[in-house]
Amino acid sequence: MKKQLNIVVNGEPRELYVEPKTLLLQVIREHLGLKGTRPACDSSSCAACTVIVDGMAVKSCSILALQVNGKEVTTIEGLAEESQLHPIQKAFVDNWAFQCGYCTSGQIMATKAFLDENPDPTRVQIQEALDGHLCRCTAYNMIIEAVQDAAKRLQARKAEKGAA
Amino acid sequence: MAKEKLKEYAIIGKPTPNVDGPAKVTGEAQYTIDMTLPNMLYGKLARSPYPHAKIISIDTSAAEALPGVKAVITGKDTPGGKYGLWRRFRELSDQECLATDKVRFIGDPVAAVAAVTEEIAIQAVELIEVEYEPLPAVFDPDDAIEDDAPMVHEDFPSNINATRHIEWGDVDKGFAEADYVREDDYVTQPIHPAALEVHNSLASYDKGTGRLTVWSSTQSPYFLQLGLSDALKMREGDIRVIKPHVGSGFGGKNSTMPDSVNAALLSIKTGRPVKIVYNRDEEFQTTEHRTAQHMRIKLGLKKDGQIVAMEVKTIVNGGAFTGLGATDLYLTGTFITMPYKIPNYRYDGVRTYTNTVWGTSIRGFGSVPGKFCAETQLERAAKDLGVDPLQIRKMNAVYPGYEAPGQYTFESCGLLPCIEKMETRVKEKWPKLEEDEGIGFAAFAYMSGGIFNWIDTPYAFSSAHVKVNIDGMVDLYTQASDIGQGHNTVAAMICAEELGVGIEDIRLHLGDTAHTYTDLGAWGSREVLMNGNAIKDAAAQVKNKLIEVARLKLGENIAYDLVSKNKRVYLELRPERGISYYDLVQDAIRANDGVPITGVGHYTPHNKGMISPAYGTGIMAVKAKTDKETGAVVCQDILVVHDCGQVINPLGVRGQVEGSIHMGLGYALCEEMPMDEGNVLNPSFVDYKILRTRDMPEIEFIEVPTYEPNGPFGAKEAAEATIAPTAPALANAVFQNTGAEFVAPVLKPETVLKAIRAAAAKKQGK
Repeated sequence: MKKQLNIVVNGEPRELYVEPKTLLLQVIREHLGLKGTRPACDSSSCAACTVIVDGMAVKSCSILALQVNGKEVTTIEGLAEESQLHPIQKAFVDNWAFQCGYCTSGQIMATKAFLDENPDPTRVQIQEALDGHLCRCTAYNMIIEAVQDAAKRLQARKAEKGAA
Repeated sequence: MAKEKLKEYAIIGKPTPNVDGPAKVTGEAQYTIDMTLPNMLYGKLARSPYPHAKIISIDTSAAEALPGVKAVITGKDTPGGKYGLWRRFRELSDQECLATDKVRFIGDPVAAVAAVTEEIAIQAVELIEVEYEPLPAVFDPDDAIEDDAPMVHEDFPSNINATRHIEWGDVDKGFAEADYVREDDYVTQPIHPAALEVHNSLASYDKGTGRLTVWSSTQSPYFLQLGLSDALKMREGDIRVIKPHVGSGFGGKNSTMPDSVNAALLSIKTGRPVKIVYNRDEEFQTTEHRTAQHMRIKLGLKKDGQIVAMEVKTIVNGGAFTGLGATDLYLTGTFITMPYKIPNYRYDGVRTYTNTVWGTSIRGFGSVPGKFCAETQLERAAKDLGVDPLQIRKMNAVYPGYEAPGQYTFESCGLLPCIEKMETRVKEKWPKLEEDEGIGFAAFAYMSGGIFNWIDTPYAFSSAHVKVNIDGMVDLYTQASDIGQGHNTVAAMICAEELGVGIEDIRLHLGDTAHTYTDLGAWGSREVLMNGNAIKDAAAQVKNKLIEVARLKLGENIAYDLVSKNKRVYLELRPERGISYYDLVQDAIRANDGVPITGVGHYTPHNKGMISPAYGTGIMAVKAKTDKETGAVVCQDILVVHDCGQVINPLGVRGQVEGSIHMGLGYALCEEMPMDEGNVLNPSFVDYKILRTRDMPEIEFIEVPTYEPNGPFGAKEAAEATIAPTAPALANAVFQNTGAEFVAPVLKPETVLKAIRAAAAKKQGK
């Protein structure tokens, strides 16, 4: 029996009807066609499918769609601002923080939620924040450097806005 | 002509962000898994629960009756084509579309279903009734070669899938002249490539034209085109393979696999597009891994540490099929000698068929198990002889021009300068060690693409097509595969450098067999050298055509050299006399009767030995801490000194070195695939441990570039080499600190503790 689901996805209100067993990941990929959020493990153990729900990084394969009813969901497609890459996205590009790119959406969304709470993190804090995110390509060091770089860029942007 | 050498370039050697970056960080990059087509069906495979069994009967009636099921096929519905990568020896094309008479490993597909949803397809698979007669099975390579062992394939007595003998010098004489000889046995474990995007394919058959289009997560569109052609008994040209972005491969996506073959068969049967996506369990249980090896090495040295003879015997647990395993067997016999001068050498390798999932060409293939064995053995020999571990590697290091008779030649080689740099850097970096710390070394070398043609292609190994348009934009068409390693960026850089334009002027057209000339794909670190040469060739043809027009336009004498650089074509010795690239292109196309200026470049190695035209080399040091009470080993720090020829993109090289080391360190610390009678016991990311963010040390990375005459702008293999030394360097660090010797790479606490105790007992015994 399908139930009504009202969510705001990347700023747009969406009304859908889903089976109670439907995962948020399925809603994002299959119902809304936002393919930037990707599955990889079937066991809630890789975090590739991470999105932001009301400010928190959430593995979208590990939560039922109806559990986020009434909440705001941000996926990788909602991060870029007015066709400009978000500073985190720019930092990932400039620091070669991905190779195949398959886990990258999840890494970037987790970074966004993390830096919103911890604008000036240490290396160890970054390692802890991203520890659940499997990457088979990069060895993580260049991701950590990208997060450090992103933190600097976001702080600079904040300072600029403050000064203006 | 002046001897070519390392020099400053406009683009080559400059850190260049990934050309796929914006697509990959916005989620827009499309992988096969993201694709759907109108009217598409979902396919699923029914798989054997037995490692070895006769198929008595298959009843698909209940599955067919399930609403939403559109097709069910079994072995008898297939064209019966057999396929595999070793096409040159057809008996090694040993994979079937679906098992017909018997199954050979747990997960061997016996039937395939297409339904309107994946859920219905899964239900239908469960309704397929297969009657099996279990057969005696064999899992261990030593058992497999016994006379009375069950036969995995009827035409292969004693389950011998492939053998390889390599020999040079006079081995017996060499050992007779040795002052010190030791023999060591090793058993290396299987590991899985564990790419994050699972194997998946989308096939669409057009009944009107008889043509098939397949999108797949593959490392080589061409290999897949050939595999499908063999399996489906269709003409190559009627099969179009498109490779979208690939969520990495690490060697596990070279073979044609049942996902593509059966998606194609189901699409042909239903006339609708069909997609098959493996789940993670299928990925671990049924897709290719790095094979386990049982290896014995005998090493003979002079008192001062000079190697005089080496003999290697290995038996490989190949699993049910060949894949690239026969190549892996050959390469094991050659890479185990590198990067050392070994005057007398003998190798005998056997790859056995067994009733397990099969092994193939995983990252650093042919080098990883063997290097663990050889480098830990050399460390033990050095200790026994009282020779410094760096000194013994230096004394035996290969040098520019070194030839292993009849096998391979190092043209460029920076190994000695790398070791010298390591000698000074290691002292600065780690001047003092704690009581529980040790430093281990391992030297390395790896190929820049393979020379072998087991795929039996009549085409060039790599090709590129460059077309310059009226606005100066350059279309580069190539089948070379970027599966994450960054080759698209390298391809654009090489093309832009050769033409003298900017990287933003290059438009890439990739991975579509219908629109690109052949390239063999991404394996064996081949794209930089082979595709790079093809691109450079194509771009040079275009450049030379433009220069001819410029010569006419500038009215210069033939004695003056014209160059194309920074979007201008000008006299090399009088740079003020020139013409804008963009103006020149317009003139050249008009002069060419309106036809864009094109070049088709190609590269196939000739007279470059048996392995590869060029080899990257270097040396790695690992600092590790061992808890002698618990056996826990922590890799604290890694230092790599590395010669990859001319660096094309420093960002990409570093990324690849880091990634190789991550996988090598996983091999050393936690990755393994325990199997019980062919059943993989840890088929998930919960139980198959991949190193996480907190597990990785920082890596210091020093380049000692050389100029490689066979590579584009002097480039060669850039990082795959660095996977193999990681595990032995770590084991050597633990050995230096504790005396513990290891027969297998995984340094789990219990293994380390046992080895420490064994070393203590041995010392007391003395």
